[in-house]
Amino acid sequence: MKKGIHYKLISADAKGIGFNFKEVWKYRDLIFLLVKREFVSRYKQTILGPAWAIIQPLLTTIVFTFIFGNVAKLADCGAVPTFLFYMCGNIAWQFFAGCLSGTANTFVLHRGMMGKVYFPRLCVPISTVLSRMISFGIQAVMFIVFLVIYLFIPQYKIGINAYVLMAPVLILQMAILGMGVGVIISAATTKYRDLQFLVGFGVSLWMYATPVAYSMSLFKSSRALYLIARANPMSPIIEMMRYGFLGPDAGSVDWLSYGWSWIFTLAVLVLGVLLFNKVERNFMDTV
Amino acid sequence: MSEEILRIEHVSKKYRLGMIGGTTLRDEIKRKWAKHRGLEDPTAKIGSDFEGKIGDEFYALDDVSFSVDQGERIGIIGHNGAGKSTLLKLISRITAPSAGSIEMNGRIASMLEVGTGFHPELSGRENIYMNGAILGMTKAEIDKKIEDIIEFSECRRFIDTPVKRYSSGMYVKLAFSVAAHLDSEIMIMDEVLAVGDMAFQRKCIEKMSQVSETEGRTILYVSHNMNTIRQLCNRCIVLDHGRLVFNGDVEEAISIYLGHNSKEYSSCIEVTPSMRSPLWPDPQVSIERIFAESPDGIISFGEKLRFRVEICNRKETDEELFLRIAVRTGAGAAVSMATTPKKIRVPANDECFVAIQLDTAQLVPGSYMLTFALVEGGALGFDSNVDVLSDVYSFSILATPEFNHGAAWNTQWWGNLAISDLEVEQN
Repeated sequence: MKKGIHYKLISADAKGIGFNFKEVWKYRDLIFLLVKREFVSRYKQTILGPAWAIIQPLLTTIVFTFIFGNVAKLADCGAVPTFLFYMCGNIAWQFFAGCLSGTANTFVLHRGMMGKVYFPRLCVPISTVLSRMISFGIQAVMFIVFLVIYLFIPQYKIGINAYVLMAPVLILQMAILGMGVGVIISAATTKYRDLQFLVGFGVSLWMYATPVAYSMSLFKSSRALYLIARANPMSPIIEMMRYGFLGPDAGSVDWLSYGWSWIFTLAVLVLGVLLFNKVERNFMDTV
Repeated sequence: MSEEILRIEHVSKKYRLGMIGGTTLRDEIKRKWAKHRGLEDPTAKIGSDFEGKIGDEFYALDDVSFSVDQGERIGIIGHNGAGKSTLLKLISRITAPSAGSIEMNGRIASMLEVGTGFHPELSGRENIYMNGAILGMTKAEIDKKIEDIIEFSECRRFIDTPVKRYSSGMYVKLAFSVAAHLDSEIMIMDEVLAVGDMAFQRKCIEKMSQVSETEGRTILYVSHNMNTIRQLCNRCIVLDHGRLVFNGDVEEAISIYLGHNSKEYSSCIEVTPSMRSPLWPDPQVSIERIFAESPDGIISFGEKLRFRVEICNRKETDEELFLRIAVRTGAGAAVSMATTPKKIRVPANDECFVAIQLDTAQLVPGSYMLTFALVEGGALGFDSNVDVLSDVYSFSILATPEFNHGAAWNTQWWGNLAISDLEVEQN
């Protein structure tokens, strides 16, 4: 057979990592439409519509501020308003958790569509992450509005500094980490549905191992706890985010931990894509 | 023109019986642990030993090979479970084969289902973009074709309404329109037309024939409707239990699929109670046997079919009845009827043989089924059935070079009856 531009060979013995980024790029319009579809369908038949993107984290932040901040006094943030302290950590964490749990059920949720037509399967998790990013963007605007308001209240001291510029890098890293872990889980759930139930539990457990509801400084009392907290790849991300926006009272910068966090993130990404690639060939038979 | 575009070589697809989706992590660990200690598999079903390991496997496709040239329109037929859909799934890359390889030299547009990715909340127009993108079109390509798509779908009035308000017919029309306007070299369709109305079905077939002829696109089409297969395809593949049993001429393929295989053909039909129509279950006067003279159920156009029918009368009185033969197409559509000109006399408590001859000169080539019936002529022109044997005899008529002066007969438009040529007087 003469090999034309659209030549393709499907063979029973998969050879190596035939991952095709070019193909995903070709389907970018599909990714865009999937994002749109997810967004439109999420807020259809709700009265408040996209306002929910703001209300949800706002309510969680208020609850956190009250319970963890005022009652349990877990927020060790000096002159930085507790409300901002929690909002910063919360929005960032919700973004990460959303990416993770959203991509974790890729195959199970979209099997109807995937069972009928071929398109690069990776389009679905990518679109999930992008749609989370839009929600995150809306929430970030809300956070900045609150930040500016608090800047004008003299009793609070907010030490916003140059680490703010790290924010895009941190967001990207959270997206990669969330998608990587999610994709690994999605690849495993095609065969073992058990993991589906673990995801929700695992994510909230992970949150408590991350300084979201409290400050990193609380871990310092115990060597073991502090080590675990530093080994958690999400900790330095949240901490650096707070450091940049709210100042040294609210967060910290730990380059060793942060470096490890990147290594972990990239390893998860590579593993996730490899696993996903392996599963996508045959998942329709098991899912 | 006749360039090879798709080649399928020794493709098999294996499934594990009873295990699909049924594994949990716990079972898997148990199995690994048992294997590690050399014990038997604790999750295996009791009593499955005698079948051994191989018994757990099932070949949906078994060593299938064929190739397709550009511009061909291939019909894929076979009974349920023959592996048709599995084959299409492999070609459209939804799942990978267990053995063998598939090579293709073009993009594929597959319609294994209508409206894949349609979201009920989105409008028709938005769904066109969504569906197009899933099928591999870019936004710019859809922009260029959206007017044609909307026009073809006949849904212009509702195009900005959410598709959840559409009727299922409109849904199909819209979905088909998107797929028909794709820029692909190979089109794959799995019975998608079954839902649309007749007019739209015909429009779709025309559209597909047109894109195949003018743009040289290749079509793979699965259907149980032999009429559409006849009309659209120029070659057929017959699958049976995962194996390719025939690859070639459409009429021949259809007769193989409908079971007119010479091996299975029997020229004597012994009537059993189950063959009788349930409306007339236990007739006093009945057809007992039908002997067909044709050796294989295949005749050429214009030939006559001869039968000897044995009729039995269990009544104490002589009976006089008509014998009637109703003709239906292989797909089950009524064509016509022929009856004996006079009543047949069957003596009391006796049986008789009738030799009859069915002139098929007006039936166009294709496959047909015959229903034999005994009919009582009543008063006032009413008649009532006494014994009805539905679709007991099937046969195929092959085209001769003279038929229709050598041109193809389009059943979809012209039906199954050939009337004699027009008489022409030119002045």
